[in-house]
Amino acid sequence: MQSTAHAFKDNVGAALADPNLQDSLSKLKVGFSERRRQAAERLPEFEALRDRARDIKNHTLANLDFYLEEFERKVTALGGHVHWAPTAADARRIIADLCRSVGARTVAKSKSMVAEEIALNEHLEELGIAPIETDLGEYIIQLRHEPPSHIIAPAVHLTKDQVADTFLEHHRKLGFDKRLTERNDLVAEARYVLRQKFLDADVGLTGANFLVAETGSSMLVTNEGNADLSNTLPRMHIVLASIEKVIPTLEDAAVLLRVLARSATGQESSAYTTLNTGPKRPGDLDGPEQYHVVLLDNGRSGVLGTEMQEILRCIRCGACMNHCPVYGAVGGHAYGWVYPGPMGAVLTPQLVGVEEASNLPNASTFCGRCESVCPVRIPLPKLMRHWREREFERHLTPRAVRQGLALWSFVARRPGLYRSLTAIANRMLSLFGRAEGRYRSLPLAGGWTRFRDFPAPPSGGTFHAQWKATRKQP
Amino acid sequence: MSADRAQILNGIRRSLQRGELAGDQLKSVQDRLARPPRGPAIARAQVAPADKVALFCQWAEFNNATVARLAAADVPGEVTGFLARNNLPASVAMAPSPLLEGYDWASEKMLSIRRGRGEGSDQVSITGAFAGIAETGTLVTASGPDHPVSLNLLPDTHIVVLRESDIVGGYEDVWTRLRERYGKDRMPRTVNTITGPSRTGDIEQTIELGAHGPRRMHILVVRE
Repeated sequence: MQSTAHAFKDNVGAALADPNLQDSLSKLKVGFSERRRQAAERLPEFEALRDRARDIKNHTLANLDFYLEEFERKVTALGGHVHWAPTAADARRIIADLCRSVGARTVAKSKSMVAEEIALNEHLEELGIAPIETDLGEYIIQLRHEPPSHIIAPAVHLTKDQVADTFLEHHRKLGFDKRLTERNDLVAEARYVLRQKFLDADVGLTGANFLVAETGSSMLVTNEGNADLSNTLPRMHIVLASIEKVIPTLEDAAVLLRVLARSATGQESSAYTTLNTGPKRPGDLDGPEQYHVVLLDNGRSGVLGTEMQEILRCIRCGACMNHCPVYGAVGGHAYGWVYPGPMGAVLTPQLVGVEEASNLPNASTFCGRCESVCPVRIPLPKLMRHWREREFERHLTPRAVRQGLALWSFVARRPGLYRSLTAIANRMLSLFGRAEGRYRSLPLAGGWTRFRDFPAPPSGGTFHAQWKATRKQP
Repeated sequence: MSADRAQILNGIRRSLQRGELAGDQLKSVQDRLARPPRGPAIARAQVAPADKVALFCQWAEFNNATVARLAAADVPGEVTGFLARNNLPASVAMAPSPLLEGYDWASEKMLSIRRGRGEGSDQVSITGAFAGIAETGTLVTASGPDHPVSLNLLPDTHIVVLRESDIVGGYEDVWTRLRERYGKDRMPRTVNTITGPSRTGDIEQTIELGAHGPRRMHILVVRE
C-alpha cells in the first residue's frame, strides 16, 4: 500500500474526530491488554519464557544464513520449493508466476502482514487473479477497501454496526438481504460465503509465524482455521514469509508459542497451530500437490548488525500496540502504512524510509509500556530514540522543533540565565490560574488544555529553588 | 534464482561481518540442531501420569471443548448420544483409521458412517488424535492416509477419540513422539495442534465460536 506516514498529523486529527473509531478503540483497554495480564499471571514461568524467547531470536539472527540454508535443505528434501526474494517486487513476481503456472483464477489468502507489505493483492488483481481474504477481519476490510489497522486484529477499528452495513451491501447480491444485528449471525454469514470460495480456490496463500529449520516446516498460528483451509484444500500452497521468521527447532517453537498467544490475545493457546512440511504425501487423501515457500528480505538483511537489529526479534503479537496510549488514541490507520503502533514506528522508517516516516518514532511519550509487555523484550523506546537521532542528523526535524531545541540548549548551557528565565516563567504561570490548582489554558499547550485542564504545581518557586531550599534544611 | 539466493545470504553475512560459518561456530549450531535444548520447564506440564488426564480435560474445557471420559466399549454409544443431545444428524464422516475401526460401530444401528476425507457439506466428523497436550488441553493430529486434515476443519462438529495413554505433559513431549514415530527429519505433511473449537474475535474483540472450522469440539478420552 502507498504510505501516508508523512501525513501522520493530519491522520491523527481525522482519527480523533471519528466517533466510530473512538468507540472501537475504547474496547482495547479492557480487551486484549486485560486478557494478556490474566494469561501471564496464570503461567508462573512467563517472564523466564520471555527471556528465553529473546535469546532464541538473538541466537537465530546471529546465525541467520545458516538456519535459512538448513530450512531450505529440509523443505527441498521433502518435495517442496524455496524461492528467494530480495525485494518486494521479486516476491510479487515469484508469486504471480506460481499462480499463473497452475492457471489460478482465485487465491484463498490467509492473513499475512508480509503480503500487505509487498502489496500483493493489488498486484494479483492487476493480473486478473482474484485474491480472497479469508480471515474474518481481513475479509471485512477487503470488502471495504481499507488496509488493516492492527497486525492481529485487522478490523479492530470497526464497530459491529459498520460490519453489518458492509455485509448487507456486499452480500445482498448473494441473496442475503437482511441486515444482521448479532455478532454470531455476522460470523455465520461470512463463514457460509467464504466456504464456497475455499472449495473453489486454485491456490492457498498463507504467511508463517515461524519457519522451523530443523524440520523444514512452516508454522501458522490462527484462531479461525482459515489458514488451515487455505493450506489444505487448494492444489498449491504458497507460504510467504520474511527471512527473520526462521527459528532453529521445534523446542524453540514451543517457547515462542507459549509467549505468542498469551501476549497477543491472552489465550493459553490459539485454537490452531499448524506445521506444514512439503506437499501431500503418497496415500494422503487431501493436501496440496505443490508446496512453495517465498523468503522475503526487503531490507531486513541490512538491519542486521545495526543498532536497529533488535526489531528483527519481533514475532508480531501486537501487544505493543494494545498497550500503547498513542495507538489507543488514534488507531492503526493514522500510522499510514502496514505496521502500526510502537513496532511499526520502528519498522516502518526502515522499510519505507525515514524521510517518509519520520513522524512515527516521534509519536511516543516513551512511557515504556510497549517494552514492558514485549514477549521478546525489544527495547522499542530506545529504537524509536535512535530514529529520532537519525532524523535530527539528516535535518528532517521540522524547523520549529529545531529552533526550539536550539533555543533551549542555548539557555540550558547558561545556568544563571536559565534560573532567571525559569523564575520569570514560574511567576507568570500564576497569571493563568495556579490558585485554582489547575490551568484552563496555557500558552503553547492548547493541544492539551482544549480537552482537559493542566494540573498546577504547588507554589514555592522553580524546581531549582525548591531543591536549594530543601537542601538547606537540616 | 540462485543469484537472488546469493544476494540475500551474502547480504546477511556482510551485515554480520563474517563469512560462511565454519569450524567451531558451525559445529556449535549443528549440535544445537541435532540436540535441541529445551526452554524453561513448565511446572504444570511436569504433572504426574495419574493427573495428566484430569489436567488435559480441565484445560480442554477451559478452551470451550467438551469432554467425556469413558471406556472403549462406550465410544460408539457416546457418539450417537452426543449427536442426539445436540440435535445433530446421525450421520458422520469418519477418518479411515485402524484405531477407530477398533470400536464396535455396528452396535449403533442408526448411525450412518462415511469413511474418507472431509467434504464441504459434512456436519459431523470423527477422527483420532496423535496426542493430547495436558498443559493447554490441546489435541495434536498428524496427517496421513488414516487422517485427512479436511476432517479437522470442514464440519460444524468435530468429535475426537483420544486414548489416555496418548496424553502427554507439554509440547516438547509431542515433538519427541513425532520424531520417534516419523523420524527426526521427516514430519508428516501437516501436524495440527487444535485447542478448542474455531473462533474469532474480529468483531469488537468479542469471541464467537465457529469462524471457519468446527464450532463444536467434543473429545472422547478413552480409558484402556
